[in-house]
Amino acid sequence: MKSSTTAILSVSGRGLPLRGNDLDTDRIMPARFLRAVTFESLEKHLFEDDRAANPAHPFNDARYAGARVLVVNKNFGCGSSREHAPQGLARYGIRAIVGESYSEIFFGNSAVLGVPCFTADTAAIDALQARIERAPVTPITADVATGVVTAGDLRIQASLPAAVRDAFLSGQWNPTTMLLDRFDEVRRVADRLPYVSGF
Amino acid sequence: MHTLFHKVWDAHAVRILPSGQTQLFVGLHLVHEVTSPQAFDMLRQQGWRVAFPERTFATVDHIVPTKVQTRPFLDVMAEEMMVALERNCREYGISLWSLGEGREHQGIVHVIGPELGLTQPGMTIACGDSHTSTHGALGAIAFGIGTSQVRDVLASQCLALDPLKVRRIDVNGTLAPGVFAKDVILTIIRRLGVQGGVGFAYEYGGTTLDSMTIDERMTICNMSIEGGARVGYVNPDETTFRFLRGRTFAPSGAAFDRAAAWWRQIASDADARYDDRVTIDSSSIEPTVTWGINPGQSVGIGERIAASADEEALTFMGFERGAKVEGTRIDVAFIGSCTNGRLSDLEEAAKIVRGRRVASHVKALVVPGSQAVRTAAEAKGLHEIFSKAGFEWRGAGCSMCLAMNPDKLEGRQVCASSSNRNFKGRQGSPTGRTLLMSPAMVAAAAVSGEVVDVRHMLQEVPV
Ligand code: SF4
Repeated sequence: MKSSTTAILSVSGRGLPLRGNDLDTDRIMPARFLRAVTFESLEKHLFEDDRAANPAHPFNDARYAGARVLVVNKNFGCGSSREHAPQGLARYGIRAIVGESYSEIFFGNSAVLGVPCFTADTAAIDALQARIERAPVTPITADVATGVVTAGDLRIQASLPAAVRDAFLSGQWNPTTMLLDRFDEVRRVADRLPYVSGF
Repeated sequence: MHTLFHKVWDAHAVRILPSGQTQLFVGLHLVHEVTSPQAFDMLRQQGWRVAFPERTFATVDHIVPTKVQTRPFLDVMAEEMMVALERNCREYGISLWSLGEGREHQGIVHVIGPELGLTQPGMTIACGDSHTSTHGALGAIAFGIGTSQVRDVLASQCLALDPLKVRRIDVNGTLAPGVFAKDVILTIIRRLGVQGGVGFAYEYGGTTLDSMTIDERMTICNMSIEGGARVGYVNPDETTFRFLRGRTFAPSGAAFDRAAAWWRQIASDADARYDDRVTIDSSSIEPTVTWGINPGQSVGIGERIAASADEEALTFMGFERGAKVEGTRIDVAFIGSCTNGRLSDLEEAAKIVRGRRVASHVKALVVPGSQAVRTAAEAKGLHEIFSKAGFEWRGAGCSMCLAMNPDKLEGRQVCASSSNRNFKGRQGSPTGRTLLMSPAMVAAAAVSGEVVDVRHMLQEVPV
């Protein structure tokens, strides 16, 4: 894992188009693979049941092997808060996700792993997915500062919320050390709360 | 003119981080065996302590078998996770309600928090589980978080978050007999969409919510996340205070009254401003069942599946457009989970089951949400009603809500379930099918062998 001081300015690599709305984290990482005390090897079980049911599933498709940019549709990662889902994707090699929308928890879980989740409109995502399906080797670049995603000569405008964008640009996308910075202030807030100090 | 959400947020805000997010103090951190071992390992690697072990409580729920609970578990992975949590709690000084000794408080994390009075109005709560929104029923702001955030809360008792918008959902009217909180929340999700709540906290109110018990409010808040809202809550009121009085971790004596005064003023002001408002008439809500693969895909029991229904969901579930869910043969009936595994849920189901038999082709189980629920239900003789009817009476845990313990669907089985998710594969078989409904509807389906309108059974007098 990268340290939280590494700025992430852009992500480049091949794409993996994964069509469908409301792909929940139970589908990304079925619960039986959560029976473990580490995140190791989770990448092997991404979409395991969907892949078994559908030999043509993009994660079965050798043309997309080694992809770094996942392209999804609406409400990706809804449902369970399991970090095992973005952990599996990150361990597989996914470094950025471009999609129509995400569940909040998934979005946040991905961000702290250094995986920005860009959003763009339906038409743009469809064009990007279609381009990758036609030419899987197309190099893709997602630029954090501008939100511009290019795939060969295709250029779409995507975006990140400003605070998240800035966090990636400054390398402060993993907040733990910041949260530990001023523990005296944390104590003060705690002591002010009547349920902590005693009613 | 402020909402409870904003008041609680402001009271817990430590500072604005350089990233622009707010550092928010977490008043109560609940931990379970599935999403915590990696967090503790990260802590250990960094040499960090748990900042507020006295504000951190752990239980085991997801992986515990509900039938044979002797240790070591038959499932070596489950045993390893138990051992890891036990060791982590010991090492970091965290209270743990495990199996065995002290088991009287063990149960699903979202059932035991309120039950013990740990969950209180005006608190911020975090837990590595998306259904943490449940605790909002008592007027807390409760966030489901991922494992990296579990690490953050362990280490700093804080989260880095962006504020949410607040959508007020007024539910007005009187629920018809046979219609429950579950039907209300399924209706809300259907109406606003599984994604409608992204970026919002849902504040539930209106006359229907006002007259609901805390158990019912928990069912509603629990499924906020299924509507995309990370947080759901109900303003604390006299019902809340009555619920909390006398609970193990609630303030007692004069301190309780001082607490109630604080709880009253933390509630949303009458003139609070909301980012959005929605009103729902609850008197027209029917018993509701899902037909699809997300909790927004539901119909009233008398309704037909719309012509515009999603193709993937229809194919997976084996339903036709224009069909009714009523009459669907079921294989399994599951009563339990953090949505509907509390005493009142078991009582409603028992009313239907009493004097009847589970259909011969149906496997039916009742899994109390906690050991305390189980004990209370047994004191009322509910276990006998269920057992006599052919239900299995189990130990507390998540059981068939998700597939991390021995309770699972097989093949294409159809399960009438009182849980909260009908995602593909959720109940353990990649092709298994889940129909979400209220516990009373599950009970009715169990004895009928197919999905039926529980309202018909309320009138029948079984012999
Ligand atoms: S009962 Fe189900 S939803 Fe609730 S905590 Fe357990 S697995 Fe999660």
